Amino acid sequence: MTDISHTRSPSMARNQSPTVKLVLRVVLYILLGLFALFYLMPLFVMITTSLKSLDEIRTGDLISLPREVTLDAWKTAWATACTGIQCEGVRPFFWNSVLIAIPAVMISTLVGALNGYVVAQWRFKGANIFFALMLFGCFIPFQVVLLPMARVLGIMGIAGTIPGLIFVHVIYGLGFTTLFFRNYYVSIPDELTKAAKVDGAGFFRIFWSIFLPLSLPIIVVTVIWQFTQIWNDFLFGVSFSQAGTQPVTVALNNIVNSTTGVKEYNVDMAAAIIAALPTLLVYVVAGKYFIRGLTAGSVKG
Amino acid sequence: MSKWLQDNMPKIVLAPSFVAVMVFVYGFIGWTAWVSLTRSRLMPRYELDSFIQYERLATSPRFETAMVNLFIFGTLFIVIAMVLGLLLAILLDQKIRTEGALRTIYLYPMALSMIVTGTAWKWILNPGLGLEAMVQGWGFESFEFDWLVDPDMAIYTIVIAAIWQSSGFVMALFLAGLRSVDEEIIKAAQVDGIPHWRVYTAIIIPSMAPIFLSAFIVLAHLAIKSFDLVIALTGGGPGYATDLPATYMYAMAFSRGDIGQAASSAMVMMLVVFAIVVPYLYSELRVKDD
Repeated sequence: MTDISHTRSPSMARNQSPTVKLVLRVVLYILLGLFALFYLMPLFVMITTSLKSLDEIRTGDLISLPREVTLDAWKTAWATACTGIQCEGVRPFFWNSVLIAIPAVMISTLVGALNGYVVAQWRFKGANIFFALMLFGCFIPFQVVLLPMARVLGIMGIAGTIPGLIFVHVIYGLGFTTLFFRNYYVSIPDELTKAAKVDGAGFFRIFWSIFLPLSLPIIVVTVIWQFTQIWNDFLFGVSFSQAGTQPVTVALNNIVNSTTGVKEYNVDMAAAIIAALPTLLVYVVAGKYFIRGLTAGSVKG
Repeated sequence: MSKWLQDNMPKIVLAPSFVAVMVFVYGFIGWTAWVSLTRSRLMPRYELDSFIQYERLATSPRFETAMVNLFIFGTLFIVIAMVLGLLLAILLDQKIRTEGALRTIYLYPMALSMIVTGTAWKWILNPGLGLEAMVQGWGFESFEFDWLVDPDMAIYTIVIAAIWQSSGFVMALFLAGLRSVDEEIIKAAQVDGIPHWRVYTAIIIPSMAPIFLSAFIVLAHLAIKSFDLVIALTGGGPGYATDLPATYMYAMAFSRGDIGQAASSAMVMMLVVFAIVVPYLYSELRVKDD
């Protein structure tokens, strides 16, 4: 450290010239701003288009603000737009998605928590193999289970129903929920479990009074992850539903790709925003946990 | 009895999930693999009949298009999303005052359904009323941007929308990686007068190799599973110009009534995922055991 003054003089002078630095800062902020515009543009276009009348859409341009703000497209999208033969807007399908997502998120989170607790804290022969098998299940392309699942749902008598979709989402969500909780509980020293066992506490007692109270952050991460996955799902929704039980993503796609009548772009955009609102809201309110789930789901451990 | 119950409680709790995974993941994969070796059409049949379905896949021009598209889409999507994500992360790493807000903006598309993303971009790329019409309206009459309806270019619209959706996520991964590099090393390098950009290319980026790998795995996985985005944006069209294996499988299973083709194309997807994920999982699990 003593000879800093000798080594730094030439190159520091070259790097730190104040004008160059200022110019670089300005360029940096301009670049960051342009990227922000790129990411915001589609949302901006969706919102403005949804507030325009069809006439204005035909005559105006893509990024202009609405001359006259109208909520007609929103009303149509919510209550009267046609999704195939049914013309009740996205409202019933929005509630389908709620009815699917809430139980599926709750069940898969609870079971994942118990699984993670066992795998991390009650290691027995084979627990690691179970975990590896489960982990691999997170990665399979779901196309490979679509055909047999369609048949099994039929045999179980829940094909095309909301309980059927809940069942599917719980089964294929377990991999990730187990992974989240296992990785969280693995960092809790197992002396804690051992001491509690010595004190005579049983399996559920330890879970309930020691682990669960420590779990709030990972519960939030898991619930957000599962909710986003299930709300945004399309593949299971389109494969295992029938008219009347479709989730909102399927209804949105049907509205946008229906070929009958005049194409109402403003209604399409309003419906798309309605379908996106719940997960966007979660992101805005709990973005930190959302990101943690994303990174935990990819960079494990 | 209660002692036995007490001792075996962990196994009892795990049992239903174990059964579910064995049946609904591995059993189902087995079923699909089996059916992919039969002559099943509208209804599944169980008499094995060699690799007839895979031969049909190999000679199907539609499936060939789907595989070529997966290659084009996958390569461009992975490379551009990684470069863009890394660039954004490095730009954001320069002590930016509005970092929190910018991060939120770059990442929010990841919270949206692919169907919403597809709907938005379908409207923006609409040649008659979207971007093309807008630029023409500004006086550039000869401006053309009709990729959405051009069979040769439509696949690139899917690349654009997918990058818009996922690059912020790659940024978040890389940003976390940049922040985890030892501050002391960076300070030492700065004291030695090493230019700022060299600190990145010589010290920080090489130390993030595991993050590159994770980002690659996640993006490759997203690319192979891409289904909703194609359905919402192009519907696989024009014709079947933007088909991917996932949409091919779905069309065979649910609209063409060709279960043999659906099963065999699903198995091909599965093998592609295998080839990418298995070496990764293997190395991950081994490191943990040591």
